[in-house]
Amino acid sequence: MSLPIRYPRSPMAWAAAAMLASLVVLALAGPLLWGAAADRPDPTAVLQGPSAAHPFGTDSLGRDVLDRVLTATRPSLLLALAAVLLGATGGILLGASTAVVGRRTRRLLAGLINLLLAFPALLVAMFLAVVFGAGAGGAMLALAVSSVPGFARLAQTLAAAVAGTDHLASARVLGLRRHRLLWRHVLPNIAEPLLLSTTTAAGTALVALAGLSFLGLGVQPPGYDWGQLLNQGLDRIYAEPLPALAPGLAVLYAAVAFQLLGEVLAGGVARRSPAPRTPAAPASTSGPAAAGLVLQVEDLTVELPTPDGVIRPVRGVSLSLRPGEIVGLVGESGSGKSLTALAVADLLPDRARISRRTHRLLGADLAAMTPKERERHLATGLAMIFQNPASALNPSLRIATQLTETVRTHRGASRAQALAEASDALRRVALPPAVLRARPHQLSGGQRQRVMIAAGLMVRPRLIIADEPTTALDVTVQRQITRLLSEIRRDTSAAVLFISHDVALVGEFCDRVLVMYAGTIVESLPADRLPTGTRHPYTRALVASVPDLTADRDRPLPTVEGALPEPLAPAPGCPFEPRCPRRRDHCAEEAPPLEDLDAVHRVACWYPVAAEVFAS
Amino acid sequence: MTALRLTDLTVRHHGPRGPVAAVDGVSLEIPPGTTLGLVGESGSGKSSLARAIVGLTPVHGGRVLLDGREVRARTVGDRRRLGRLVQIVLQDPDTALDPRMTVRQTLVEAATVFHRLDRPARAERVGDLLELVGLNPRFADRLPRQLSGGQRQRVAVARALAVEPGLLIADEITSALDVSVQASVLNTIRDLQQRLGLSMLFIGHNLPAVCYVSDAVAVMRHGRIVETAPTEALLRDPRHPYTRTLLASVPSLRTSLPGERPS
Repeated sequence: MSLPIRYPRSPMAWAAAAMLASLVVLALAGPLLWGAAADRPDPTAVLQGPSAAHPFGTDSLGRDVLDRVLTATRPSLLLALAAVLLGATGGILLGASTAVVGRRTRRLLAGLINLLLAFPALLVAMFLAVVFGAGAGGAMLALAVSSVPGFARLAQTLAAAVAGTDHLASARVLGLRRHRLLWRHVLPNIAEPLLLSTTTAAGTALVALAGLSFLGLGVQPPGYDWGQLLNQGLDRIYAEPLPALAPGLAVLYAAVAFQLLGEVLAGGVARRSPAPRTPAAPASTSGPAAAGLVLQVEDLTVELPTPDGVIRPVRGVSLSLRPGEIVGLVGESGSGKSLTALAVADLLPDRARISRRTHRLLGADLAAMTPKERERHLATGLAMIFQNPASALNPSLRIATQLTETVRTHRGASRAQALAEASDALRRVALPPAVLRARPHQLSGGQRQRVMIAAGLMVRPRLIIADEPTTALDVTVQRQITRLLSEIRRDTSAAVLFISHDVALVGEFCDRVLVMYAGTIVESLPADRLPTGTRHPYTRALVASVPDLTADRDRPLPTVEGALPEPLAPAPGCPFEPRCPRRRDHCAEEAPPLEDLDAVHRVACWYPVAAEVFAS
Repeated sequence: MTALRLTDLTVRHHGPRGPVAAVDGVSLEIPPGTTLGLVGESGSGKSSLARAIVGLTPVHGGRVLLDGREVRARTVGDRRRLGRLVQIVLQDPDTALDPRMTVRQTLVEAATVFHRLDRPARAERVGDLLELVGLNPRFADRLPRQLSGGQRQRVAVARALAVEPGLLIADEITSALDVSVQASVLNTIRDLQQRLGLSMLFIGHNLPAVCYVSDAVAVMRHGRIVETAPTEALLRDPRHPYTRTLLASVPSLRTSLPGERPS
């Protein structure tokens, strides 16, 4: 359990705390202070209206209404809390147990919960209160039972999410007993939301109990709670509204206190990761344009605010692509390769802060444009293909709509013309025009990725950024997609920036490879040099760790020991220094710049590995 | 060491148009102390097969034999008998461990399912298990979120080994990991095979990774096994056209330079 203890000190949190504290004090002290006065009949002051001695009047025996309302705090709250605790315990155990029982029992329990939910809770409570016999205990039990289905359904839904996790499956296979699965693995992981809804339910239970007492099904005279007092005051509400109003206000106050508490708790949970917005970077002018480049990015840095401080996942990255070139950007998770791609396409989340010296697409300076111009220029010059085609397509729209959207918006093409272009684009990715009428769920993963590529082709892009486009696909489909991208490059001479963690795939399919590590590019080399010609120790280790079909099974695979540097506190030296087998003193002091080794090969290392002539 | 034999195993799932056979009459054999690799594309039925063996998915036909005896997973008692023989490690490092339990709690829970251990013995067992999977003992008091994906998968392997099973099923355990991390997990698997003499079913879609740890490889497609052969033979001389397609699709850095590799 890790309920947030330090809530943001909002006025609402203070109000909830103060109201709750006042209720607790009243429930503890009320009967002691006013209990005697509340039960003392006064024949001289029967059915009086408000006066200085009796601010809310007196009842038919001349007892002070205010004293009685204050004294009734304890029974009203205790009954409501007891009802909620009983109902929640029963419901949560019933619902959560669906995650650990067998298939048949689970189906039965789910059916039972559905059946119970079909009856309105308050009607059930009234019916049961009659069955159990009118009285405080009966009403409390009736209310508890009637709240079971609601809690059971909530717990069932939450537990189903836990039941689908690998750790619960493993715990089952270990042969743990059911009660242990429930107590140890299911309940702790769903406790937080359940606690929140129990708090809110306490307010509802309070109102419901008052309702039952008001109807004469709850607390019986001479006992009294707020509902009972309300009932007694109602007879003469037109003559004297205040005696009826006092218990009503008390019910309202307590119910609002519980609701507020629930809101504050829920808000505390939701707000656990505050995301301060950063102001947009001011428009600036890029450095000089180099001729004949599709994309020119210099000194790109991305900063992301996190709850623990600002991190810089991309630090001074420069890249440039010529027409018809396929460039691979390879790195492991956390290297910053995807953020680099998003920054190039101006798709970073709002809270990210981007700075760069140059950012040109087709020679046009994106850094100097207004956001609107930038969006238009990017939408017509660049296509982005994402890793998961299932979530990149809108599941409720037909493929035709999704394909024609961009051209109709940005080029104002007519519907017929756009459709003709769409079937052309589909033909190019080897899909029949019939796909236009399909919806995403009717297509396989490979087909969806082709549709994504076709959608990208619709704007006739000069640059295609593909962010792990084949990671979610099988190897044979992966091969088809990379072949397709090669054909598109050949036919349209568009440049492709291919982002992947798969160094073997990048090496086989790209012309040039950029290797990223901890937010910086550590090596830039022709792809055919990857097997034997790498010069940076990290690239070399990365390549060596890829198992080959012919790998010697008796020798361990080479690995890269250690972990990525801590993003919050980057060291001044080379980011790879702590894991590098070739490090020397100098490496920890100063980060090496990316320097030319020859015309096509650059490396950021003070002591690059010697080039090999032959593979060993 | 446990031998596994599947005869004509069938598992069906409920699809939108009636039941679909996810595993369609599969027969397999894993001799004691050896590792069988199982490769195939997503949706080919690999995971259903694995889950059926450990009783997480009901079997609709055929038999699962462990050391020649048929196993069932109807009751908790059945499941406990089964759990002593077979353990499974699943794919997702994010949900592999209970997020509210430390590594020590997770491992102690698994180690005490079948054995009573006193306090010093528990501490020793946790240390041994972490050492076995190549993790530093100081990780024992960490929560899953304080571990990397590769470290979490190692803890999951250690948890499975805590009951000392004869057969370990690894279902895509390296698929969600980076290549350099994958390499170290594969090394750990090789090491475990040699030190414990485990039988193993190693499932994956990454052919080189599966071949690296397997003595024999079975290729699965549309719920059926299309080819089974010793690893060397499968790589040298694939018989089924689908196996050939699969092999040809594997990207490789080194095959682009044939002839330069010393034999």
